Amino acid sequence: MNSVTEKLLKVVSDFSGEFKGAYNIREDGGCAARQSTKHIHIESKQDKPGIDIRIDAEAQGETVYIPACVTHGNVDDLVYNDFYVAAGADVTVIAGCGVHTNGEGEARHNGIHRFFLEKGAHILYKEKHVGVGKGIGLRRIDPVTEITLGEDAVLEMETIQLGGVDTTDRRTRATLGPRARLTIHESLMTDGKETATTEFAVTMEGEDAAVDLISRSVAKGESRQSYHSRIAGNCRCTGHSECDAILVDHGTVNAAPELYAGDLDAALIHEAAIGKIAGEQIVKLRTLGLTEEQAEAKIIEGFLRGK
Amino acid sequence: MLVLDQVYWRAPDGEEIVKGVSLEIAPGKLTVVTGPNGGGKTSIAKLVAGLMAPTAGRILLDGEDITAMDITGRAQKGIAYAFQQPVRFKGVTVRDLLEIAAGNPLEEDELCGLLGKVGLCARDYMDRPVDASLSGGESKRIEIATVLARKDAKFLVFDEPEAGIDLWSFTNLIDVFGRLKEERSRGLFVISHQERILEIADEVVVIAAGQVRLSGSRAEVLPQLLAGEKQDLCPIHQRA
Repeated sequence: MNSVTEKLLKVVSDFSGEFKGAYNIREDGGCAARQSTKHIHIESKQDKPGIDIRIDAEAQGETVYIPACVTHGNVDDLVYNDFYVAAGADVTVIAGCGVHTNGEGEARHNGIHRFFLEKGAHILYKEKHVGVGKGIGLRRIDPVTEITLGEDAVLEMETIQLGGVDTTDRRTRATLGPRARLTIHESLMTDGKETATTEFAVTMEGEDAAVDLISRSVAKGESRQSYHSRIAGNCRCTGHSECDAILVDHGTVNAAPELYAGDLDAALIHEAAIGKIAGEQIVKLRTLGLTEEQAEAKIIEGFLRGK
Repeated sequence: MLVLDQVYWRAPDGEEIVKGVSLEIAPGKLTVVTGPNGGGKTSIAKLVAGLMAPTAGRILLDGEDITAMDITGRAQKGIAYAFQQPVRFKGVTVRDLLEIAAGNPLEEDELCGLLGKVGLCARDYMDRPVDASLSGGESKRIEIATVLARKDAKFLVFDEPEAGIDLWSFTNLIDVFGRLKEERSRGLFVISHQERILEIADEVVVIAAGQVRLSGSRAEVLPQLLAGEKQDLCPIHQRA
């Protein structure tokens, strides 16, 4: 594992020299390190790049790390990671991605993560993306997440991208069975000339399924963001999406939420708000002794972290 | 000493709201500013905290002219200000606000101490966002706690602390002011209509129509104010 990878790992997955439990570290399209545990088995795919992660029902309270790093330009990394989670398993998945380039070539990571949760399984999925390096080559991360939740399965997804990624196209699709619950919390910040596209599509097929989709984003500099969510309820179910964005400088945000109710008992709500930081919020923090710039940073920090 | 010297303020629409107010707020004393609604009390509080700039006159803090100083500068000089209508955030938590106010990270027992003074349990509230999920009374109590957290503040300005607060909280609020007064270390400048707050004041100032109509010790001013309730004409206006 090279030093850039180690630095990126610290940022995206709180790496401190070693991971405890199951892990697979991907570096520039190859495998830098891997470890399975008694109840979490990681194997390379035979037909395409990527891994299968099989989580047994006995896996309770374990954490599996699958960070991926691109450490230089002229790398176009495409990877397929599939999670098969047995009934009743309860596991945290930490999947970070860091891209770094000091040259002219593009550094790209395109991770396709698929989750198949059986009855009553619970996954906390944390995903953090970062771009670093001074090269003029584009840093690009295009994650795809596909989620299939069986009855009573629960998946909580926290996805964070806080800068340095020149362009990102983020797509998340999910299908929910009976009483399955999906919560997604996205925090996104873009600056400079960065662009970010986010697309969520959630379909509820099982009675009493529920989705809660929260996106908080900040567009600074000349950056541009585009958000589209579609929640479809084809049965008795509840869906809530909330898309809040703060504009700073000349950033722009296009938000297009969409709800589809295919059943009389589908209860779907969408909330959206885009605007600059409220002046009174800055004033309040200034009365506590912060400068305007410090106040703005604190408000953004809380906003992106908030639930 | 916090001094307002012939302070005037004109609203953007041209109406003169504060018309030559001179006041002295002594350290270690509780000065309550009262008077009819629309008389200019909140404007005076905002002028002291630097939220608005006077059109004429001077504001002095311990002899230093702070008239041209901005909000941040005044806060750093030791002026703390509790908003009449607490500001709501998204994501910023109670702990965040109290730590910003204190100027350093706070341990749970310190958070308990601060929130306990306003009748809230730290464990229930410290990680809650200061947003619309809080009731009016809760957000008001947190607003007051942010001012109590300002350890270096010399003058604490409270704009109608009783507004939007329930009866139980109000009793606690009186206790908070009572204790702050007993400390005798900081100047308290409280805008209030509440008789129970007036009753614990050292000094009372009556502001009406943008001017000081009455000021003096509680013993001097309060009887005239209360007597006014039983008279056909307001004694303030009779004096004017």
